Amino acid sequence: MPVLWLLTLLLALALVGYVLARRRALASAGGNTRNLHSLPSYYGSNAALFVLVPSLLVLALWLVLQPILIGASVRGDIPPEIVSDGSSFGLVMSDVRRLADGLDAAVGQGAMSAEEARATEVNFDDVRAVLGSVGVALGSAVDTNVLRLAQSYRAISATFDMVRTVIVLGLAIAGFLYAYSRTNADFRARNTVERAILAILIVAASIAILTTVGIVLSLIFNTIEFFQLYPASEFFFSTVWSPSFGGGSELGMLPLLWGTLYISLVALLVAVPIGLLSAIYLSEYAGPAVRAFAKPLLELLAGIPTIVYGLFALLTVGPFLVSFFGQDGHLGVNWMGGGTAVMTAGLVMGIMLIPFVSSLSDDIINAVPQSMRDGSFGLGATRSETIKQVVLPAALPGIVGAILLAASRAIGETMIVVLGAGAAARLSLNPFEAMTTVTAKIVSQLTGDSDFASPEALVAFSLGMTLFVITLGLNVFALYIVRKYREQYE
Amino acid sequence: MYDDNHLAERTVTQNDIKISANKVNVHYGESHAIKDVDVAIEDKTVTAFIGPSGCGKSTFLRCINRMNDTIDICRVTGDIRIDNEDIYDRKVDPVQLRAKVGMVFQKPNPFPKSIYDNIAYGPRIHGLARSKADMDEIVEKSLRRGAIWDEVKDRLHAPGTGLSGGQQQRLCIARAVATEPEVLLMDEPCSALDPIATSQVEELIDELRKNYSLVIVTHSMQQAARVSQKTAFFHLGTLVEYGDTGQIFTNPTDERTESYITGRIG
Repeated sequence: MPVLWLLTLLLALALVGYVLARRRALASAGGNTRNLHSLPSYYGSNAALFVLVPSLLVLALWLVLQPILIGASVRGDIPPEIVSDGSSFGLVMSDVRRLADGLDAAVGQGAMSAEEARATEVNFDDVRAVLGSVGVALGSAVDTNVLRLAQSYRAISATFDMVRTVIVLGLAIAGFLYAYSRTNADFRARNTVERAILAILIVAASIAILTTVGIVLSLIFNTIEFFQLYPASEFFFSTVWSPSFGGGSELGMLPLLWGTLYISLVALLVAVPIGLLSAIYLSEYAGPAVRAFAKPLLELLAGIPTIVYGLFALLTVGPFLVSFFGQDGHLGVNWMGGGTAVMTAGLVMGIMLIPFVSSLSDDIINAVPQSMRDGSFGLGATRSETIKQVVLPAALPGIVGAILLAASRAIGETMIVVLGAGAAARLSLNPFEAMTTVTAKIVSQLTGDSDFASPEALVAFSLGMTLFVITLGLNVFALYIVRKYREQYE
Repeated sequence: MYDDNHLAERTVTQNDIKISANKVNVHYGESHAIKDVDVAIEDKTVTAFIGPSGCGKSTFLRCINRMNDTIDICRVTGDIRIDNEDIYDRKVDPVQLRAKVGMVFQKPNPFPKSIYDNIAYGPRIHGLARSKADMDEIVEKSLRRGAIWDEVKDRLHAPGTGLSGGQQQRLCIARAVATEPEVLLMDEPCSALDPIATSQVEELIDELRKNYSLVIVTHSMQQAARVSQKTAFFHLGTLVEYGDTGQIFTNPTDERTESYITGRIG
């Protein structure tokens, strides 16, 4: 039975279980809801949960394990001679799986009878043609061995599917019977449902955490692989970045790290003063009408996709800066060769970060108790004296946290850099020169058709890892500071 | 109920009028919080404002140093004079006024700075000290006036927020005193304190009477009886009765005052 059908059936069973258990609970209380421990719907939900949870868990586990088990059993049957040069067991296995899926599709669409798909004596060109007609294109003529394997694969799959359906449905029915038998007026269905909700919440939270762990693990393994091909000391301390896919490339990350930090610094120099001052205006001076209008407008900046900022950098800010600092510019200084530069990317990234800084700082400034301001006003201080000497010092740890969060955001930014800063890995102090960042280079190392096992491609993972460690450190530090600050007033 | 001897013993000398209010009305948006209040507060005297919650006593107190200006929807009309000078006159800078009319709040609100910097805050803003030694002197004098010098003299650079509640409140009083105000307003200064800290602050209030005109809002009638020479009873935004504390508590003329003091309303 296909999985979709199985799921539908399970849902139907759950619905039936809900209705029956609810009815039984009501009946056991003599029709009076007040005699029940829980509301009738809780008894229904309890039964539905017992139908769904065990069966769905087993089904999920089964779906993960089945291909692995079948693969292992079929793999043992692969004769070594069909694994030709330049090929591997994995490739043969994927051929087998593809053929088996093709046969399934052909049978499903009626292009081939079930007997034909199982037949041992077939015309292989026919098989290819028939599969082609149902939309499964095979690379080469079907090999006898592969067809045999595909057929045995199908046979085992069919058995597994059968067993799966029986077990899952059996579990669902058993779950229902158990819940139904326990359904009476004294049963605490409400508490059971409460526990189930707790379990759902925990599962949701652990999925997020496990995904993070998975991402980190994949980074770590690829990073280790990279360091086996390329010396770590050169990666961390070499000042030259010149990947060449023909081999013999130098992959020093310092120029990239420098570009990242330099552009982030320019961005923060733009974002922090503007963001902080606008936060002070919004929280301390602006009237409710201005605030209601200006705050969402400022936060609109955060909703603009970064690629749009990138376009803005490339098409507007870059040429604008060149018209001042470039050749024949208004200032006549000829500092800037082209539109792409640290300054271009930094300015635009700074604009992008303004809402982060201002919105977080605004919340933090608002969290400073009014009694602090009253105390200062009561001593005859003006608004700006109060802000400078009482509000900002009290809010400072939180503001530092906000700035660090903005910094980690700046370090991870990619699109603006790709379009605004250029692609040259360079160690230079001139902010009008093109530079590039870690993120931009990860993109360029992984796009294109390079060999995925070469150090030139794998370096992307160790760059990613470096970036991850830096931003993680910044975030942890920021959270630590913000938390420390919170304790002060609670 | 009250210590009659204590009240009788208190000498109420006739003083100059420090603050005089005439037909003061306060509106918070639509609601009329203070209605036609007339009062004359004497110098070198403790005046207590009593009354049930929401009667407008704190609002009126905040009119005297124009703290209500910091609330957008608040509108004050009428005439309040300190030393016969209209404080709502256009020429008066509310910021300067607040240096002259100090305020202590209900909840101790030391700044998250050191004890020294808490006291030095006002003098620094108003440029009262010419040198470091000058400032040290102001800080010591203020802390002594706030009756907290002995407790904190060894840790002037420890944070003010680390003190106990009663110490924090005395620190706030010392902070208010440091700008050398002429009037000290206290908005329920003991309501967040325990009885021991309360009695320390009350002693301090009695001590401060020598130099300042004090106005204190309180919910505790015992406290009003203990520390004040004059008492004003507010009810529903109007000033019901104003007179010598002894007279208000022993022989009130208004029925509402009597009901409140004996606990029938409030």
